[in-house]
Amino acid sequence: MAKRTVIPFGPHHPVLPEPVHLDLVLEDETVVEAIPNVGFIHRGLEMLCKKKPFQDIVLVAERICGICSMIHGVGFSQGVEKVMDIDVPPRAEYLRAFWGELSRVHSHILWLGLAADAIGFESLFMHSWRVREMVLDIFEETTGGRVIFDVCKIGGVRKDIENEILKNRFSQQIDKIEEEYSKLAKVFTEDYTVCHRWSNVGVLTKEDAHKLGAVGPTVRGSGISQDMRTLKYGAYEHLDFEPVVENSCDCYARTVVRVKEVFQSIDLMRQVISKIPDGEVETKVKGTPKGEYFSRVEQPRGEVVYYVKGDGTKNLDRFRVRTPTFANIPPLLQMLGGCDLADVPAIVISIDPCISCTER
Amino acid sequence: MGYFAKSPWLLHYDGSSCNGCDIEVLACLMPKYDVERFGIINTGNPKHADVFLITGGINTQNIDVVKNIYNQMGEPKVVVAVGTCATSGHFFSECYNIIGGVDKVIPVDVYAPGCAAKPEMIIDAVVKGLGILEEKKKKMSPK
Ligand code: SF4
Repeated sequence: MAKRTVIPFGPHHPVLPEPVHLDLVLEDETVVEAIPNVGFIHRGLEMLCKKKPFQDIVLVAERICGICSMIHGVGFSQGVEKVMDIDVPPRAEYLRAFWGELSRVHSHILWLGLAADAIGFESLFMHSWRVREMVLDIFEETTGGRVIFDVCKIGGVRKDIENEILKNRFSQQIDKIEEEYSKLAKVFTEDYTVCHRWSNVGVLTKEDAHKLGAVGPTVRGSGISQDMRTLKYGAYEHLDFEPVVENSCDCYARTVVRVKEVFQSIDLMRQVISKIPDGEVETKVKGTPKGEYFSRVEQPRGEVVYYVKGDGTKNLDRFRVRTPTFANIPPLLQMLGGCDLADVPAIVISIDPCISCTER
Repeated sequence: MGYFAKSPWLLHYDGSSCNGCDIEVLACLMPKYDVERFGIINTGNPKHADVFLITGGINTQNIDVVKNIYNQMGEPKVVVAVGTCATSGHFFSECYNIIGGVDKVIPVDVYAPGCAAKPEMIIDAVVKGLGILEEKKKKMSPK
């Protein structure tokens, strides 16, 4: 048997945007085991529900993660709305879906850039982020923020978008994003270097994906069709789409899922623009929450579960989040077993880890 | 300041940020803002860096990591706290695990508040930091 060596990976490591620590146990160049050590960004957000009124927790939820902030806000609001039996106006639900899909586009393009960087494809990284700025322009114009938006609130949304602007300028902007993005998508799916680096790397079989409870593009890349939007929450009840599924189970499959999901999100935004009804964007919230609810929504990284429990006071009794990266860590450890040391960055990135979500 | 006397290298560490400020720091290096045209580049090695950009507040786990990185950087050095979390701890200072802003453990030269701090703000803060870097350098050189 070859000699075993332990290589520490992180917490401060050039390839990692966020601090996480892995102890990689190696036999020569092959990783036999990966032992994670997390907790560098733990803030203790969930406890804040005891100190702040429940309406303010929406802002806390958005700051769990700066990349999927909008959808965190939606997930939490939905939970409280269900507990309190609030009917959200349809226009607000459509707007939530619009911003939610826009976040997915921004998050996936961001990820594609980071993934290109992890395999050393610097120019592709730069181009991805250039296209992402076009998405952020829409966010900045409609919400005032580039990454943290604070537009979601319990009972609806804080801001409205004029129909005129939505139907003309933004649809043109979306066309432009699609045009620019198509060029990138071609590189991500067809380029020799990219395919070579990702094919047959970090394999997660369908059985393992199911057994270990993978979520999001990670599970869809392993041939299982699982997407929380099919639960038809909010405006998704009226929107048509099919979850994107790939069957090759490797890093390449997970990339292709994300590449295609951007087109899917663009399509969903077009549907929102054509179907959005007129009307109010928020309802008045009266009373305090009493009861409990599990709210499940689809983040760019997978399913996020929000548990809220109110006891009739203005502070929630419990607020709990199960984030997608947390669910994807056991599958990640499975993928790392038996891989080459040089492939570790590409594999770690392939689950789209979001450490600040995981540790909160 | 007319021109930069040197090309400043940045080191970025994510304290306990929500990612929002991190991706804004990265966005500064990307084509739209592109600080590389001023010779500013991002390095992963503390010994190479002149400017330490830190996002997010200080918590009990990362306190040693932050001190360690700071001590490894050579003199003169400038610390820039990016985002409200790093400048004051944001509302997270009410969380049980957050000690507060970065200035609780290492001296901070420039504060760039905002949630998230916009790229324009970050670039401005780094440029201010360069002025401070020059002054520190002057003080260090023997008369
Ligand atoms: S200041 Fe805001 S965006 Fe920046 S790390 Fe803190 S919560 Fe996130």
